[in-house]
Amino acid sequence: MKPFEYAAPANEQEAVALMNESSPAESVLLAGGTDLMNLLRRELIPVKRVVDLKHVPSLKTIERDGAGVRIGALATLEQLASDPLLAPYGSLFDVIREIRAIQIQSNGTLGGDLCHLPNCWYFRNGHGLLGLQDGKSLVAAGDNRYHAILGHHGLAKFVSASRLAPGLISWGARIRLLGPEREEETLLPLEAFYRIPKSEQDGISILRPGQFVSHVWLPDPEERESASYEVIEGAGLDYPTAAASVCLKRQGSLVQEASIVLGAVAPIPWNASRAAESLTGHPITEQTASDAADIALAGAVPLSNNAYKIRQARTAVKRALLRAAGLWEEGVGV
Amino acid sequence: MVDLKVGWNKPEENSLIGTAMLRIDGYEKATGAAKYASDANTAGTLYAKVLTCPHGLAKLASIKVQDAEKVPGVEAVHLFANVGDELKWEGALVAAVAATRPEYADDGLRALQAMFEPLEHFVDEADLDGAVKANRTKDNGEKTKGDLAAAFAAAKVVHEGEYGVSTITHMCLEPHGSHCEWTKDGNLVANLSTQNVSGTAGQFAGPLEIEASKVSIICNYIGGGFGSKFAADEWGVAAARMAKQTGKPVRLMLDRATEMKIGGNRPSAFAKIKVGADADGKIIAWESHHWGTDGLTGNTVPIKDLPYVFQPENVQHKATGIITNCGPKRAWRAPNHPQLCALTDTAMDDIARKLGKNSYDVFLANLSQTPRQDVYRAEMEIAARMIDWKAKWHPHGKGGANNGVVRGVGMALHTWPGVAVAASCKVKVNPDGSVESFAGSQDIGTGTRTVIATVLAETFGVEIADVRVHIGNNSYPYSNPSGGSTTVGSVSGANRRAGIAALGQLFDKVAEKYKIDGSKLSAKKKTIWLGDKAVCSWKEATALLGIKPLEVQGESPADDGLTSSGVGGVQMADVSVDTETGKIRVNQLVAVQDCGLVICLETAKSQVYGALIMGIAYALSEERIMDNTTGRFINADLQNYKLPRIGDIGELMVEMYRPESETSRGVIGLGEPPVISTGAAISNAVCNALGVRVSQLPMIPKRVLDALEGARA
Repeated sequence: MKPFEYAAPANEQEAVALMNESSPAESVLLAGGTDLMNLLRRELIPVKRVVDLKHVPSLKTIERDGAGVRIGALATLEQLASDPLLAPYGSLFDVIREIRAIQIQSNGTLGGDLCHLPNCWYFRNGHGLLGLQDGKSLVAAGDNRYHAILGHHGLAKFVSASRLAPGLISWGARIRLLGPEREEETLLPLEAFYRIPKSEQDGISILRPGQFVSHVWLPDPEERESASYEVIEGAGLDYPTAAASVCLKRQGSLVQEASIVLGAVAPIPWNASRAAESLTGHPITEQTASDAADIALAGAVPLSNNAYKIRQARTAVKRALLRAAGLWEEGVGV
Repeated sequence: MVDLKVGWNKPEENSLIGTAMLRIDGYEKATGAAKYASDANTAGTLYAKVLTCPHGLAKLASIKVQDAEKVPGVEAVHLFANVGDELKWEGALVAAVAATRPEYADDGLRALQAMFEPLEHFVDEADLDGAVKANRTKDNGEKTKGDLAAAFAAAKVVHEGEYGVSTITHMCLEPHGSHCEWTKDGNLVANLSTQNVSGTAGQFAGPLEIEASKVSIICNYIGGGFGSKFAADEWGVAAARMAKQTGKPVRLMLDRATEMKIGGNRPSAFAKIKVGADADGKIIAWESHHWGTDGLTGNTVPIKDLPYVFQPENVQHKATGIITNCGPKRAWRAPNHPQLCALTDTAMDDIARKLGKNSYDVFLANLSQTPRQDVYRAEMEIAARMIDWKAKWHPHGKGGANNGVVRGVGMALHTWPGVAVAASCKVKVNPDGSVESFAGSQDIGTGTRTVIATVLAETFGVEIADVRVHIGNNSYPYSNPSGGSTTVGSVSGANRRAGIAALGQLFDKVAEKYKIDGSKLSAKKKTIWLGDKAVCSWKEATALLGIKPLEVQGESPADDGLTSSGVGGVQMADVSVDTETGKIRVNQLVAVQDCGLVICLETAKSQVYGALIMGIAYALSEERIMDNTTGRFINADLQNYKLPRIGDIGELMVEMYRPESETSRGVIGLGEPPVISTGAAISNAVCNALGVRVSQLPMIPKRVLDALEGARA
């Protein structure tokens, strides 16, 4: 680990100022630190300054805000799971439960999850975000069993590492960003936050140097039902190889409105809007869920080594829909 | 002069041997009181870290030693390679830096600014055709027995399949390494994580050009070895050199990634197999070509042992080694056997599938081709009862599905020698009645201390708590390394022999004092008995020693029936497979294992539990993944090199098979055999569930779904 400066702001304004004081591109935020420490130890990101947010109280709160709930980026996963305001958002719990490690649940934060850099082993072994060598993709030529099956036509072939983003996007979450200018504040749909990088400098989101995530806003749940299903290889701490979060509004048994967002299949959380639309006017059954899953994956193209992920992703979509509708028998899947 | 006969009691006469004693050092291990090599931390200890080659093959182009030496906190820089040297695999050692803090050691490594000139490497172990094209193969031999063509022609069924087992690493939780410190009079004290306490001093002494008598090796506890920790290793010697150079103690434990890259691995094995069997499934013809890699030496598992355990009359086999720029192999728990078993017993099960027969019956039909068929038959019966094979077995792939989840059972069997080897000990009976044993042995999970204490307490009729066991120091009598499942047999034999000899000498004293026939005495319940009449207490007897403790040297091995060799073992698995995600869950795993006389039932079973978990790991999740472009081991971390967690393990059921016919054979090693069958048994259970063979271990979800897809196509 290389030496770095440490800054501990007391409020949001100070955080923006300290992030932008000098070389914002080499300033990083410390939230829960569950992944930052790995990145620092392996020297995977250039860091001159670490700005520790744990003394900024406004970033930790979960409170009502207009017709919804506002969640601070520093709220821990455990906080999310135990706050009554969030109880109706079932898809988030399905994910937090599957994170399994108490250490990550109690230290890991919402903002940290949303900004989590890819787990791609080429990136983690120092070959850069895109995993290139001499301009060519190591991922495409190498072992891509855990890589993208959607949205990988450009250079980026990693999969989005955020576990919570699919659920939040399916709920129509918005995200609040601060900086890089003093007083600058941006509010946008969470889906628009992510982008598929075309170059190493692009990053996984639209965040500019010195800008950071402060809050997430979720609309009132009304009568919506939601669920997530993650396919994880083992029973312990691990990342999913395919995941889906769904949110349904039903009139009687018929779907009025649906949203399906996949995780771990593309460089961004993958919104399967056509699959979701196909459910409108239909009940959720094994068949309709299965058909929607087929539509969601219709455009999937495997890399050399990961065709199996298409099937896993289909399963995730199908089971998330069945689970949201109360039709998935828990404990049956392996 | 009493000359007691050397032997074991009849099992029913034992009060300790064969019972479920708890480990005498369990408390220390569970609480952290036990000190490992990596815990050694004497005043002023320097932290050493290593720089390794980041390429599959590269020349060291430049390195700035002086720059590193100038880094604050850095006290020593050691070079493993010089400019111009070829580094032949990723992870090959380049340099080590010792500093007052670990961060300074990192700074030092960075300051070295090592530059490499990458050269063309080859790391693809699975692709035989690719290896042939790249000229990276080595003939590992070919053998023929019987008349293969005639046998295939006569066969009722012929099956051809491809099978494989990936390379895995040892993944010792405590990595390789040591804490080295020099005393003022020029002696080296090495706290070394080793399974070879008595045999390592010379490995330090040679390169350091000192006498072996000046090297103390200490290893009170070890956090895993599995066959990979027999040597001082170049990094151990480097730690000693840096300690000498700086005059300060140096601790050099490999980091996790380097541990995985150079700390040892188990070679891969892939095979094309053609089997012919009669109507009962008895194999009458076997033809195979297998390949794999152990690194640059280009060897795969030995040809002579395939097919494994079963010896059909007509065999033709061929082996090809693949020469790769991968870290070199080391012995891994039952070297070669797990791979051989995974290749053989899965092909055997595919015969059952093809014939539509119960796998149990097909294994049964082949037992006559094994060396110990009665043992296997009996163990199969027990295992089948334990797992309820009759109720659970169904024709392959015909068990029905619940929400895409199918279930199945499978079995496999194995063998291992486990012979006792050289081991000495000194048994000391103190005048106050306390007992000690000294041996330059080690405990790599065998429960060495508990075994020795049990043997001596039984021999002297005292309690376990009366015995103190000293191991883990090369100043104690010589013991062979713990490898080949030899430790329990060796130390129990040596201590029993010494104990019986000591008891004879003590009986002489008692006979003299009480004017009775010493040859009719026995020691039980802390009392010396003449027939059923108490003569004196144990302490009264030992008090007769006066001021001089009784010391007797014990030796192993000896041809006196205390130990022997050759075990079997049968395992059965019950699994569920989710055909929509490819995930496998082990519901139950049954192991029935013989090992002659069991000294301590708990530690014996514990060996089997550990082996089963290790088996689940290589069956379902762990493998080394090499990147062909960069030549790097890309999952050399505990996140992507996947080991089972509690939830992956399922219910483990262990039965030690110990009828009189087995216990009368004496003690036989147990550490390795129970890890052998697990991969094949789980693979066969998966095949029974799916009706499709997942041809390569580990059976990660990808391979399960690919196999299903392949069967559909």
